[in-house]
Amino acid sequence: MGSANVTTLPTAGRLPDLSRVPAVDEVGVNERVARFQSRSIKAKAKIDGLKLTLAMIDLTTLEGQDTPGKVRQLCQKAIHLHDSMPGLPHVAAVCVYPTMVSVAKESLKGHDINIASVATAFPSGMSSLDIKLNDTRIAVEAGANEIDMVISRGAFLAGDYQHVFDEIVAVKEACGDAHLKVILETGELGTLDRVRRASELAMHAGADFIKTSTGKIQPAATMQVTLTMLQAIRDYYYETGRMVGMKPAGGISSAKLALHYLVMLQETLGNAWMTPEWFRFGASSLANDVLMQLKKQETGVYQSPDYFSKD
Amino acid sequence: MATPENELAFDGGWDYAPAPESTDHISIKKRYELFIDGEFVKPEGGKYFETVNPATEERLSRVAEASTADVDKAVKAARTAYTKVWSKMKPAERGKYIYRIARIMQERAREFATIESLDGGKPIRESRDIDIPLSAAHFFYYAGWADKLEYAFPGRKPKPLGVAGQIIPWNFPLLMAAWKIAPALACGNTVVIKPAETTPLTAMKLAEVIADAGLPPGVVNIVTGAGKTGADIVEHPGIDKIAFTGSTEVGRIIQKALAGTRKSYTLELGGKAANIIFADAALDQAVEGIVNGIFFNQGHVCCAGSRLLVQESVADEVIRRLKDRMATLRVGNPLDKNTDIGAINSRQQLDTIQKYLKIGKEEGAEIYQSAARLPKKGFFCKPTLFTGVSQSNRVVQEEIFGPVLAVQTFRTFNEAIAKANNTPYGLSGGVWTDKGAKIFKMTQDIRAGVIWANTFNKFDPTSPFGGYKESGVGREGGLHGLDAYLRLEA
Repeated sequence: MGSANVTTLPTAGRLPDLSRVPAVDEVGVNERVARFQSRSIKAKAKIDGLKLTLAMIDLTTLEGQDTPGKVRQLCQKAIHLHDSMPGLPHVAAVCVYPTMVSVAKESLKGHDINIASVATAFPSGMSSLDIKLNDTRIAVEAGANEIDMVISRGAFLAGDYQHVFDEIVAVKEACGDAHLKVILETGELGTLDRVRRASELAMHAGADFIKTSTGKIQPAATMQVTLTMLQAIRDYYYETGRMVGMKPAGGISSAKLALHYLVMLQETLGNAWMTPEWFRFGASSLANDVLMQLKKQETGVYQSPDYFSKD
Repeated sequence: MATPENELAFDGGWDYAPAPESTDHISIKKRYELFIDGEFVKPEGGKYFETVNPATEERLSRVAEASTADVDKAVKAARTAYTKVWSKMKPAERGKYIYRIARIMQERAREFATIESLDGGKPIRESRDIDIPLSAAHFFYYAGWADKLEYAFPGRKPKPLGVAGQIIPWNFPLLMAAWKIAPALACGNTVVIKPAETTPLTAMKLAEVIADAGLPPGVVNIVTGAGKTGADIVEHPGIDKIAFTGSTEVGRIIQKALAGTRKSYTLELGGKAANIIFADAALDQAVEGIVNGIFFNQGHVCCAGSRLLVQESVADEVIRRLKDRMATLRVGNPLDKNTDIGAINSRQQLDTIQKYLKIGKEEGAEIYQSAARLPKKGFFCKPTLFTGVSQSNRVVQEEIFGPVLAVQTFRTFNEAIAKANNTPYGLSGGVWTDKGAKIFKMTQDIRAGVIWANTFNKFDPTSPFGGYKESGVGREGGLHGLDAYLRLEA
């Protein structure tokens, strides 16, 4: 940390000039997204894409009614996606509330699956900085190695960018070695222009990942929003040479849609991002649809959803 | 600036498996005859020419070459159909026939798209999503006008011209046939049309559709052939109107031939459009617009945005993004659903493009091409940029008609306008900015028939299309497109 870090991140600690962020034209974004969706992904490309999708999933449960038992079930699923199909990857991470991190850590012992915890008064972020930082530290101390924070949308929309920036910097520091994913909650930002600016702000403040949504607000992830964020990641990479990860979350429940996202990722950021290290799907029901499609590729027929475990 | 550390890598990695459109569902005959007076007839001279698949260089079919006598026969059939049937028919009835063509075309869209890509080399994505649907849309649109012409020109009595001779190019074979035939028929004219010699097949399929639709014999006659056949049409005394789309060079010859005759004409010719990117534009969407402007249909587009004018302060950023975007363009088999850039239409056109690549380099321009791997057989060209060029470079001045973009920068609004207009052409232009006022000023100051704002290469049957200066005479499409096929009496 400290000065060594400053040299690799030339703009860290400084709010970027957001007026220099390029405008986003929604009509054009829609057209580009339609082009990604018209790609035809077949045969080996499809199988490879589906397996990669599984490996990129942050298997998520974020309900007020979550229990240790529910989280154990989720972890079991994370390890054993579908054991009757050999050669499947495991998911990238499980994503839970801070109080459930210790349960997940226990359940995932000996497995190379990350533990992500939401923090900072998720999902609204409507609390004091102290509480947000404590929330973060508690999750990290309990064993989370990835923290999904929310930005203060109210401050951002009010134009108080410095406040939002400083908060992210503080949470990043509280994370220690844990990776920080910054949730923009794009469904509350309203325009793609704001999404792009918020992305730039979060990256300059030190985000390791930027993430679309909490899943609690509609619309959650869309391809339009994700493309805008990927382009911001590209610009930041051009400028600084630092790679930032991307996590669309909420609303991606079909294998076909996931493949469209991968096409978009590959054609926007290139090969280096096509790994779970740099791209995640925040999803709860995506895994089973992907498994069903993989089974279809293998056998030529669709199987009943009852053959795939739901946890 | 780009350094090895922060360059994006698009080569290798997750590769899309081949996804070719199947050809089981289409049938291409070994030989195609002329379509005259409602029948498929052998050419008088007995001559046929080959049409090849530009992606494989294999022969697809042999097509009749219409002689002077065949053209004469077609014009006479069209005249008889005009005087006896078509001009006397109730306009609403005419409309019904045109609607029928549109509907059959939609039903057979997949077949049309596949053959268009096979014969012309354009990616199936474009023929499927753009060429064929737009062709049907033109027939639908003009079918609707057939019985409403008096409302289009209030206070005037619109009368058909008679027999229209139409000569169309190879870049949008079916679409150009639709642009020409649909308004001519709606206005009560009959037609003798010549498709381009490298792309006659969808026109012959259209002949089948016209026969299936039960159009009275002689209303549409399709005569295949090369330049000589076209000249026979232009010079035939029984023709009342010539509609030509093609090169400025041939357009000049036609205009000379028509001088002093009573024939009216519309000419849709070449272009060298400026696509102007201001610093305040939505840059990523502008990059997409540059790509659509010049790489759409391999750049075989008369209204292509073949000159990029980008404001100096964002030039490096835009060119860098453009190069990364070009890395993702897939060049190859036109029938593959993932192909972005298909085959160059013919050996001859490929030679022309390569000649210009050489000229560009010799004139000192810096050339950049994507790393796309080209198929071994067939006519292909990598997407190409020329930077470091000025208004005095030939690659900036002349129409290349290929996937080749000349890039220049500008500082001020006035400089952009001056450069955009400093061309003998005036077909189209593009402007990219977040400021509405700038768009309006731009559209007033650029001398071109079509200006796109924050988009490019968008077509619609309701919108007129045509050029200033050496880009042509007259308008096609929309209400204006009717005017070109009517005599307006008081």
